[in-house]
Amino acid sequence: MEAALRRGKLTPMRQADRALSIAIAVSPALVILILAGPVIAGLAGTLLPAFGFFPVLGGDSFNLDGYTMLFAEPGIWMSVWLSLFTGLAATAISLVVVILAIAAGTGTRAFAWLTRMISPLLAVPHAAAAFGFLFLFSPSGFLSRLMSPELTGWTQPPDILIPNDPMGFSLILGLALKEIPFLLLMALAAASQIKIAQSRQLIASFGYGRIAGFLIGIWPQLYRRMRLPVFAVLAFSTTVVDVAAILGPTNPAPLVIRLVGWINDPDLSMRFIASSGAVVLVLLTLTAILLWTGLERAGSVLMRRQSGRGQRFARDALAQKLSLIVATLTCVIVLTGLLLLGLWSIAGLWQFPHAIPSQLTMRSWMSALPQMGGPLWTTIAVACLSTGISLALVVLVLQRASETKREARAGQWLIYMPLIVPQASFLFGLQLLVLGSPFAVSVPMLVLVHMVFVLPYVMLSLGDPWRGFDQRYEQIAFGLGQSRWNVFWKIRLAMLLRPILTAFAVGFAVSAGLYLPTVLIGAGRLPTITTEAVALASGGNRRAIGVYAFMQTLLPFVAFSLAMLVPTLLFVNRRAMRH
Amino acid sequence: MVKEHHFSEPWDQIVKRLLSALLVAISLTPPAFAGDPDPSNWPSVLEEAKGQTVYWNAWGGAENINAYIAWAGAEIEKCCGVKLIHVKLDDTANAVAKVVAEKAVGKSEAGSVDLIWINGENFASMKRQGLLMAAGWAEKLPNRKHVDVKGKPTVRTDFTIPVEGLESPWGMAKLVFFHDSARTKAEDLPKSARELVDWAEKNPGRFSYPQPPDFIGSSFLKQVLSETIADPAKLLKPVNEAMFVADTNPMFELLDRLQPNLWRQGKTYPNNYPDMKRLMNDGELDIAFSFNPADATAGIEAGELPDTVRSFTFPGGTLGNTHFVAIPYNATAKAGAMVLANFLISPQAQARKQDPKVWGDPTVLDINALPEADKAAFAALDLGIATLRPEQLGKALDEPHPGWMERVETEWKRRYGAAN
Repeated sequence: MEAALRRGKLTPMRQADRALSIAIAVSPALVILILAGPVIAGLAGTLLPAFGFFPVLGGDSFNLDGYTMLFAEPGIWMSVWLSLFTGLAATAISLVVVILAIAAGTGTRAFAWLTRMISPLLAVPHAAAAFGFLFLFSPSGFLSRLMSPELTGWTQPPDILIPNDPMGFSLILGLALKEIPFLLLMALAAASQIKIAQSRQLIASFGYGRIAGFLIGIWPQLYRRMRLPVFAVLAFSTTVVDVAAILGPTNPAPLVIRLVGWINDPDLSMRFIASSGAVVLVLLTLTAILLWTGLERAGSVLMRRQSGRGQRFARDALAQKLSLIVATLTCVIVLTGLLLLGLWSIAGLWQFPHAIPSQLTMRSWMSALPQMGGPLWTTIAVACLSTGISLALVVLVLQRASETKREARAGQWLIYMPLIVPQASFLFGLQLLVLGSPFAVSVPMLVLVHMVFVLPYVMLSLGDPWRGFDQRYEQIAFGLGQSRWNVFWKIRLAMLLRPILTAFAVGFAVSAGLYLPTVLIGAGRLPTITTEAVALASGGNRRAIGVYAFMQTLLPFVAFSLAMLVPTLLFVNRRAMRH
Repeated sequence: MVKEHHFSEPWDQIVKRLLSALLVAISLTPPAFAGDPDPSNWPSVLEEAKGQTVYWNAWGGAENINAYIAWAGAEIEKCCGVKLIHVKLDDTANAVAKVVAEKAVGKSEAGSVDLIWINGENFASMKRQGLLMAAGWAEKLPNRKHVDVKGKPTVRTDFTIPVEGLESPWGMAKLVFFHDSARTKAEDLPKSARELVDWAEKNPGRFSYPQPPDFIGSSFLKQVLSETIADPAKLLKPVNEAMFVADTNPMFELLDRLQPNLWRQGKTYPNNYPDMKRLMNDGELDIAFSFNPADATAGIEAGELPDTVRSFTFPGGTLGNTHFVAIPYNATAKAGAMVLANFLISPQAQARKQDPKVWGDPTVLDINALPEADKAAFAALDLGIATLRPEQLGKALDEPHPGWMERVETEWKRRYGAAN
């Protein structure tokens, strides 16, 4: 072997270089295949029945009957409106909170503390946050219990329609709770690419207040860099299933909830309605994005007009405080919600209006733990595999981009496609294809499907630190005669270890929290903690929900903790790397 | 109505062929005739079942039921080497939809569902579409001899549809209401659907039912229908479309009156019956109901309800039925599924199921005909303070023909399905 290598003049080092070059060269094609393949195949499988074509069900002509039936459903327009409204409102509210927090905060100690508080929130699954919200704010929830009967006089909970209120306000707030941390971290990542502190000093020298100065001078540059994540949040909020099922209106429910109902209807002719509904859902998401770009325009016109007036808004101390308080409040709400989940999981009898349970018991844990093993391992295995492969691909694609010094805009959009095309719309077509294929439901198949959603988030999380890497380190190493592999492995990857592990934790959290892809493609045969949690949640048993939501939160939390700890331990002798 | 938009002929043909290739060609599997296991030759079933994994699709919303199923899984693994995986559903219809979709793409074997917890409309629909394994298997199971076929006629007719051994009974159900005696006095409680509506008028916002098509929610509608229809005999036959409006008019008049007095004014509904139990404990509802007469006791045992909760029924009778397990025609582990179905009607499994500390679901067996030891196991059960004795449960009303539920659900959705 060694002799052969020498003869071919390929040292192991050169061999590694060559393998790396090949891997880097093919990685973009692989990524496109993995992301676009399932989405396009799934959309095709949705579109054909949506226009009447579904031979096995006797649909062999193209027609619009599915739409006729769809729009004859009671309350359908209300459902469409709800999806649109809640999605736009949740995104707008989250973005405003994030803008104000950054505008008021960057550079202050309070803000540094806030960002440290808010990062772990990214690990909290949407469903767990929604349950926490429910346990906190429902008429028989913790807040109401705290105040009753002493302050309110309520001996029984008031008959108020929260959550599930018909206009979806509780859904909007529940969504915002989880989108604020995400957008804040995206904004911080984007902010690292612009010189905020220097710009601030310059703007302040003109006499602008912190918030107004930030909005006029820095925000436009920042926002340009985080538009895609904002669109992803918008698409997610208009089409999310689990949060809408927990907090959303029920009568009628948002479109996506009804869509899932039609998909699961044993009356297969409902599949025509479902497919048409899936197409409408895609259009709805596009409409939301269009409306949003309209809002962007309006915002920029307003801003320009305002800045033209030259007002400085220098006295904004109160506004600054309020902005930070609102952002802090989201953390407090989510964390209190999680504590309540934990408390419910060990509660015995806990009647209204008692603020704490009358007894504590491990009963719920004892009965849940023996059944949790299988789903737990499936969750961990699928999350590790899908994230591991995604991470490897993302690293290669990013390496290629930084070597060729090109960022394909089309590529960017492609990567976000699975985050913008509604899950329900293509998964449901994909499910039919998988069903019709000779492959049985298996872990590899589930891993592939999870990668469609994990890969974009890994890319999102690693992209900015990767591009922000100071290439002079590598140039020096090359100058010292190091091989390509060595430079890649010992310089680039080693120095980026922290963001790489964070990206892994993000991907892990995404995979562990995926519901719809797991039930539809796994056919229920590969249950994860999340699918178990949703099935149990249908029974409304707060104790069982507490147990599963707690586990659901624990897994990504462990991943994030490891991402923090490992570099600290590894770099114990390298002071500059321990930031 | 929107007009159909047909493509011109030749183009249509080409596209159709191409697309058929995409959707169907890959799905054509050669028909195979692996003979179904024969339960009359039980040792061979046991032999075949050894090492199989049974994917049992059963509603997973109740912790105590999940724990019972996990126990059953451990037992059949010990005795027969069959591994059980509980696929926890949030709605039984999902499992039916899975089998239907598999049939649609031609997956006539190696299906993903081995056993379904089922009854009523879902059973009728699967039977009609030929989605169940060959008739008669359930009547040939060794433990079938313990089943109380004579005393419990619903074991043989599921919602007026003949069972014909296509599904094996698992438990009995009877609609039972409960209330918290610490909050509401027993003498003020309603004794019929009509009185319940009057009661809600006096106590607005303190009663609700799960939103149809939830199984229990739809059952409540059927209870009201059974009490209000002029000629109850009609319910045992398919719906007569011409008479539907007249037949259901009294029911919807009553529901219209109930609507504004429902919890949250009927703008939202409890998800299902465990959710009603939670709302009762939270003090949001004063009257809840369940299909399991021991549910209140089980709730007290689990710390989900205060020990002041008591059960009651209507003197005129409430709905009663049986729930079953069925094997889809394309199941992968048919022998294993039979072994499990047989275990589920063993005296041991049934006695454990009836214990309110475990679940409290009434048995389908004829207790008096059991061997002494098994009889003693049932006699030793403490049904609990909140459970009505069998003689207090009152008359059982027959379940209407499945067609009624479908029509009533559609009509309900039209009237109340978009409350906002």
